[in-house]
Amino acid sequence: MSALVTLRNVTKSYTRGKQKVEVLHGVDLQIESGEFLALMGPSGSGKTTTLNLIAGLDQPTGGEVEVSGSRIDRLARGALADWRARNIGFIFQFYNLLPVLTAEANVEVPLLLTDLSRSERRRRVQIALQLVGLADRAKHKPNELSGGQQQRVAIARAIVADPTLLVCDEPTGDLDRQNAEEIMNLLKALNRTQGKTIVMVTHDPRAAEYASRELHLDKGKLAKEEVRHVA
Amino acid sequence: MKYLPLIWAGLWRKKARTIFTMLSIVVAFLLFGLLQGINQGFNTVVQNLDVDRLYVTAKTNLTDGLPIAYASRIKAVPGVRQLSYWTYFAGYYQDSRNPIPAFATDPTALFDIYKDLKIKPEYLQAMQRTRTGVLINEQLAAKYHWKLGDRIPLGTSIWTNKDGSNTWNFDVVGIFDSSALGAGFPGFYLNQSYFDEAAAFGRGTVHYYIVAIDDPAQATAVSQRIDALFANSTNETRTQTESALAQMQLKQLGDINFIVNAIVGAVLFTLLFLTANTMMQSVRERTGELAVLKTLGFSDGKVLSLVLIESLALCVFAAAVGIALAATAFPLLKPIFGKFQMPGIVVAMGAGLALLLAFVSGFAPAWRARQLNIVDALAGR
Repeated sequence: MSALVTLRNVTKSYTRGKQKVEVLHGVDLQIESGEFLALMGPSGSGKTTTLNLIAGLDQPTGGEVEVSGSRIDRLARGALADWRARNIGFIFQFYNLLPVLTAEANVEVPLLLTDLSRSERRRRVQIALQLVGLADRAKHKPNELSGGQQQRVAIARAIVADPTLLVCDEPTGDLDRQNAEEIMNLLKALNRTQGKTIVMVTHDPRAAEYASRELHLDKGKLAKEEVRHVA
Repeated sequence: MKYLPLIWAGLWRKKARTIFTMLSIVVAFLLFGLLQGINQGFNTVVQNLDVDRLYVTAKTNLTDGLPIAYASRIKAVPGVRQLSYWTYFAGYYQDSRNPIPAFATDPTALFDIYKDLKIKPEYLQAMQRTRTGVLINEQLAAKYHWKLGDRIPLGTSIWTNKDGSNTWNFDVVGIFDSSALGAGFPGFYLNQSYFDEAAAFGRGTVHYYIVAIDDPAQATAVSQRIDALFANSTNETRTQTESALAQMQLKQLGDINFIVNAIVGAVLFTLLFLTANTMMQSVRERTGELAVLKTLGFSDGKVLSLVLIESLALCVFAAAVGIALAATAFPLLKPIFGKFQMPGIVVAMGAGLALLLAFVSGFAPAWRARQLNIVDALAGR
């Protein structure tokens, strides 16, 4: 396998009021293509910041971030937005669906940024919803769906544009045990059958068990690594 | 076009708020359409008045009369094509609350000057034959159910006839169409010769001379010639074009243009804050959603455009409804302004104002959406 994501000596600091907060201190990290990585650690350890940097949502203060051969730390805001649209699928803890749109319209949103025809967009949306088992709920709005179903719609939205990398920020954090397991099985299936590389931030050790590798961050540094052979 | 569902969804996120904002815009533009339309209506009426018609009045006051003997001297002025006159009768029908815009005149000459007044020639001939005859317009005929051959007793607050009565009896000998000149144009004419003969006082005078000239370009020169003719006499004259006289009379009502613009300006200024507030609230409530759009790859420019187009859709649609409602109300103003439609300039001004309103009220929230930091917005900061 080759490295899909490479972080070299990445630092990140924020200024909050008059105070400068150092979040990451020289993180080096490689994520192979097709890998399912769980980023764990206590609150404030820098998990979400690392995820944001990998996903091109934020820029490092220092160091290099290379994803799919692109130095995304050098991209301007507009170019970075285009890059995200082409390369990254996002799954959030609270689903972050647009409440006024139906499930299928929500899934279609990333495809609006492509040149695909309307019929092709619709076809892909249907496939994505079938993959997550929600083809029969296409016309439902988020408030008409359960939390688990909403997260499935969010996953369909994340994969519909066929991105290289899925980034998940606490994808089971708002779900009960059964729904959390279903979501994790779905992510595992996407990793195994579709070959999607997944980087997941989680507090939940049960969710982390689905990953092929666990990285623990503490106070902005990589603290522990655990490679797992998942059945 | 593919972003339409997103824009539409954003617009109807809070249905009640959007509907109330739209209603405010509809009412504001309905008001704008009606007031500007009426303003344009007055202007149109004035513009319809030709500059090849001059009005000669007493220099001292419009209501002071001029000797009828001036008629032949004015008519002899080079450049004058035709001449008639009006003497204000101050009539009313049955009750002083039913005023009738009646004037004594030389009808044949008057209808020759006002070609837009449509009358059958036989009615003018009947008027010449009948000393007590009157010509009335279709609106008066319809209002009081008057028809040819009717004898109408008309009261007047000014003129006593030789019988010592303030009630004059007239015979309807013709009905004419004055709709092209609007409802403000007098619609009741009696023979000046009969009036002059039957009035107990004030004989031999008229209030206005109406002069048709050969060449509108000579209006000023002819006016000066007429006024020079009677300079330093006991009855000096003031001659001006019909449209100048109408404008002067309109100004006595107040500066309609200023009043209309002030009202519309105040309404639109208030509306600007209302719409801007709606858009700002809408964007504030959607901070998380806009951050998600940016996360998914929508550029800053696209997010700005989405919010601006939303504002545009809200303002332009509601403004179009308001203007359309005003346009449908315009036929109701026909009795006042004559044949009159919503002027194209008002529609164009409305469209321009709607665009301006959309841009000004939508820009601040759109810019705020553009500047949104994804990480902070997703973290709820």
